[in-house]
Amino acid sequence: MNHDSLDIVSKSHPTFFKEHQTRLYKSLEDKHTTIEALDSEDPLNSKMILNMGPQHPATHGVLRLVLQLNGESIEKTKLDIGYLHRGVEKIAENKTYQEFMPYTDRMDYLSPYSNNVALCSAVEKIANVEIPDRAQVIRMIGCELARISSHLLWLGTMVMDAGAISFFIWTFREREKIYDIMDQLAGHRFTVSHARIGGVANDITPDAMSLIKEFVQTFPKELKDFHKLLDRNRLFFDRNADAGVLSTDRALALGATGPVLRASGFAYDVRRFTPYLKYDKMEFEVPTRLEGDNLARYYVRMEEMHESIRILRQCLDNLPNGPIRLDNAKKAYPSKDEVYYSMEGMIHDFMMTDTGICPPEGAETYHAVEAPKGELGYYIQSDGTGHPWRLKVNSPSFRNLQVLENILDGEAVADTVLIIGGIDPVMGEADK
Amino acid sequence: MSHLSPTVPDEIIPVVNELRSAFEHVILEAYSSSGDVFILIQRESLLKVAAELKEVHHFVYLTDVFGIDRYTSDDRFEVVYNLVDLKYGRRIFLKVRCTEENPMVDSVTPIWPNADWAEREVFDMFGIRFEGHPDMRRIYMPEDFAYFPLRKEFPLLGIPGSIDLPATTPDPD
Repeated sequence: MNHDSLDIVSKSHPTFFKEHQTRLYKSLEDKHTTIEALDSEDPLNSKMILNMGPQHPATHGVLRLVLQLNGESIEKTKLDIGYLHRGVEKIAENKTYQEFMPYTDRMDYLSPYSNNVALCSAVEKIANVEIPDRAQVIRMIGCELARISSHLLWLGTMVMDAGAISFFIWTFREREKIYDIMDQLAGHRFTVSHARIGGVANDITPDAMSLIKEFVQTFPKELKDFHKLLDRNRLFFDRNADAGVLSTDRALALGATGPVLRASGFAYDVRRFTPYLKYDKMEFEVPTRLEGDNLARYYVRMEEMHESIRILRQCLDNLPNGPIRLDNAKKAYPSKDEVYYSMEGMIHDFMMTDTGICPPEGAETYHAVEAPKGELGYYIQSDGTGHPWRLKVNSPSFRNLQVLENILDGEAVADTVLIIGGIDPVMGEADK
Repeated sequence: MSHLSPTVPDEIIPVVNELRSAFEHVILEAYSSSGDVFILIQRESLLKVAAELKEVHHFVYLTDVFGIDRYTSDDRFEVVYNLVDLKYGRRIFLKVRCTEENPMVDSVTPIWPNADWAEREVFDMFGIRFEGHPDMRRIYMPEDFAYFPLRKEFPLLGIPGSIDLPATTPDPD
């Protein structure tokens, strides 16, 4: 006998991916079956299944949620991801390390710089490549700008999810400035592909430098205005407080990462935990909150933007002189001057493109960076050729979405959009 | 013979040694590569070692679970658990292997609940099943898909006709 008064499976008539849909609904039925047995009767017929997404503007991409509602509240949730699955790990196995890097831009496309740095650092770790100091600081500048850019997008869309449309335009005005900086710094606005194995593609141009300095000067004032608009805003405050609460223990058990984990009271930040680049020499705080609700996530990300500006200031003050890429043609691309004006340089350039860097056979390593969304790690196993034998991306959005599946149960359906906004997933990264 | 190179952070060595003495024949190999520590254990003892690592050595935070296709005739698949100890800030990689004929590993979801999705991903990509997993479904590919894309024999360009896509033109009726 079926205890479930809904009996979703027999009522659904999928037209394609039949097996997939049926198993998904079945899995939703089976979640918390103990609770289900208690209220198996539904005389008022107040229960329904709500399919949200994958084509829904508030899901920030192609996330699909299947919600079982009882009136206004969510009884249980199942997430369906994979609508943006492109199989980048398979692609990576068929590319050289440097060739694969542009694909990382397209994973977390809101902070491509962090992704480039994450991949290149992992390759450098497995192939024992030391990169020059100046390149490290340039990478940090890029990463912190990417963090601000990503958090600005989160802020705009999350506040829009809460009902304030015009805010979106103000944060996007600031993001536009970062795009302009990236344009000057890397030559691309969006998918920057600026890091190279052994350093970065090119030095900071004077134009880029003045734009960054201007941004560091003006942005804190804008941030202050954002604070002024939201911090004491009754509507925003009441809407976010106590929405999607996640305790510290639960956050760790569910594998939350990044701002979601820090808003739940655990100060895990890879920049502090296992410092990479020059983060061990930087002075900055790891913003942490204890409440674990959506409001705490808001405060954590806002404070992170302040800290990013602090790191940027220190980087600009202590930018060392010197080369921006390793001068060893067996491990990194030679400079364009060499390529165009010497035969050797051209051969080395060809070899780097054709075979690429070859880490030792059987070596394996994992390197993580603190991307805006959380810990972004690359595991690489080498078979001694120029292609990785196995490359695994540990993507923060994937892990935070698993948290979402668990914290939505029991919330009001109107808060779904808000909580998704607070988790800040990027489907390009979660689906790989 | 297993060895740990001098590049390994000192604080990891006691963990490995204690594990060795607690589970004598269970640890098949412990080695380091590029500064990371990997411990290969017997598949049957996975849950025991995992519980020990969590309860005694503070590895409470599971950051990732992933599969590797070694493409060998014996013990073809490997499952790797990326564990973080939040008390002392250590990271360790636990490995188990399983055969191609019987790709079956115990699920660690009772110990680390967030292994749920990660194990589903391993199943989706490699076809390794996890015994005791609460919801063993594919995660990225649809259930109707019959292949495991990250296995080495799966072609990069995919298999034509393996996914039944909806018609791109509207139904005539």
